[in-house]
Amino acid sequence: MTPQSPASPPIQKAGATAAEAAAEIPKRNAASRVLLHFRKFGAFYIMMAPTIVFLIVNNYIPMIGSLIAFKNIKFAYGETLVQSFLRSEWVGFENFEFLFRTTDSWIITRNTVLYNAVFIFLNTVIGIAFAIMFNAMRNRLLAKFHQTMMFLPFFLSMVIVSYLVYAFLQPELGLLNRVILPFFGIDNTTDWYSDPTWWPVILPIINTWKNIGYYAVIYLAAIIGIDKEYYEAAMIDGASRWRQIRVITIPLIRPVIIVMVMLQIGRIFYSDFGLFFQVTRNSGALYETTLVIDTYVYQSFIGAGDIGMSSAAGLYQAAVGFVLVLLANWVIRRISRNDALF
Amino acid sequence: MSQFQAAVRRRADIPAVQRISGPANTAINIFFAIYTLLCVFPLVVVLIASFTDERTILVEGYSLMPEVWSLEAYRFLLKDWWAVVDSYVVSIVVTVVGTVVGLAMMSMYAYPISRQDFPFRNVFAFFLFFTILFNGGLVPFYLVYTQGLHLQNTLAVLILPLLVNGFFVLLIRTFFANTIPKELFESAKIDGAGEWRIFTQIVLPLSLPALATVGLFTTLNYWNDWFLSLLFINDTDAPVTIQFRMYKTLLDIQYLSANASAYSAILAANPNFTIPGETARMAMAVVGIGPIIFAYPFFQRYFVHGLTVGAIKG
Repeated sequence: MTPQSPASPPIQKAGATAAEAAAEIPKRNAASRVLLHFRKFGAFYIMMAPTIVFLIVNNYIPMIGSLIAFKNIKFAYGETLVQSFLRSEWVGFENFEFLFRTTDSWIITRNTVLYNAVFIFLNTVIGIAFAIMFNAMRNRLLAKFHQTMMFLPFFLSMVIVSYLVYAFLQPELGLLNRVILPFFGIDNTTDWYSDPTWWPVILPIINTWKNIGYYAVIYLAAIIGIDKEYYEAAMIDGASRWRQIRVITIPLIRPVIIVMVMLQIGRIFYSDFGLFFQVTRNSGALYETTLVIDTYVYQSFIGAGDIGMSSAAGLYQAAVGFVLVLLANWVIRRISRNDALF
Repeated sequence: MSQFQAAVRRRADIPAVQRISGPANTAINIFFAIYTLLCVFPLVVVLIASFTDERTILVEGYSLMPEVWSLEAYRFLLKDWWAVVDSYVVSIVVTVVGTVVGLAMMSMYAYPISRQDFPFRNVFAFFLFFTILFNGGLVPFYLVYTQGLHLQNTLAVLILPLLVNGFFVLLIRTFFANTIPKELFESAKIDGAGEWRIFTQIVLPLSLPALATVGLFTTLNYWNDWFLSLLFINDTDAPVTIQFRMYKTLLDIQYLSANASAYSAILAANPNFTIPGETARMAMAVVGIGPIIFAYPFFQRYFVHGLTVGAIKG
């Protein structure tokens, strides 16, 4: 049966029984509905085609490919990727067992989650504090100026940030050991790029410095959106500025705060690769306090060529990350339906 | 955006309400003055270091007031200007092509899933959305581009992976769905316009704010990218972005040169030839930072707009 135009006669076969004819009608309707659909929306499929192809190649094939973590992959010369994948033997959870038997798995999980927890805390608290202070500044022009300058680091690539940090931390020539610490009377010769002690302090400072402009702007927009009548009423009742912040500003921007925090918690298993790779100059001596899941996957894959271990770590990250995103979204949904991702 | 502007105007009308005391205002002003300095200070340090005499920096360390100034670092960069210009061109090509193609693809995908009368809009929205929730990780991603598509050491591999970003598509979709009235589609269709015509002549022109925001984000993603070069480029003759060259230069000053082996040969022949290591690195940083600083005021205005529309989330 070929799908005809809707104008073709309803019954074609002369010998068709009544029952057959009755069955034929919905089928033909279905066919013409498909035709109608494509006549109406065909252009849509052509528009979406490039991105569909892109997503299949760039995202969905790698998703299936992540099953490589359950295989002992071997590449043979002249073989395509699919052939190698199919030919390699399944090894179950062997790669994961190897991964979790190393101390690395604990270190990278701890580092990733703890750093992110600190980042989330600082982004939120300092972001809100800055936003409140911006909002309170009398000189709007000056507030705008400071806001603009604070946003600057957000636009710099991590490579540039690593240069800036290098100028401070270079052990013999850097500003920190040469100028800043001596100024405070501390004679220091720490080689920052090989001593892991201080990185749990250094990295949060850099991360906050780089990203705080973004969070301050988001919270500032929320504060500006608050109806001024609340503050007028509070003034009349004699509430101090501190009290206004506590009982009006913070409660009214709480949905924004919760959404922002949950979005970050949803990604607590992922880290800013550039921050941990570039700024630390990927120094092996620092790994104990600077290696996170993302850099570990890169290091064990590109550096050590260990496909099994790195793909297991990658899938571990993706799976836990997936659960966390769902959880975070569930929480957001309960608080503010409109802000949920889905 | 209009909501934001209205809010700004509203606050200007009632100046007295949220007034804080003079001393508090002064304290906040001083605080932000210091913080702004902290944002600019590291850049100034690098800038000054790039104009410092190499020997001075080796003796004095980095400082704001070096004893001897010098242009030697830039002269050194100029000797091998081709390497720098080359990766600059790569960065520009990657950024322009990636942003234009990416923006076209993303808005062409966003439009159908924004249309209420398209029956499968949720299917295709989910198809996109799932890529935000879950990803296969670095290893299979790398294998697809290298073993599968054999794109290592090509310009294409620096562009392709960043073309479509799920968040951005959802952002454009939301903008389409919320700002373009349904009646507009109806009347356009009655007038005989096809979907392509509606899309290019009605939808896109009405959506410039959203497209500008996403376009700027995409531009920044491409311009600041060094990860794709790190991952996929391992041949010295292959194209690398300026960010990646900066990264390599910080690790190894010889990477400044387009031809590392010739460079070592010069060193071997003339041991007295000193490389302005520290200062040349910083000069390289200045050369790399340059365009961002100039584009920055323009960028940040649209960014703040985009963020305050609340458009950032899908």
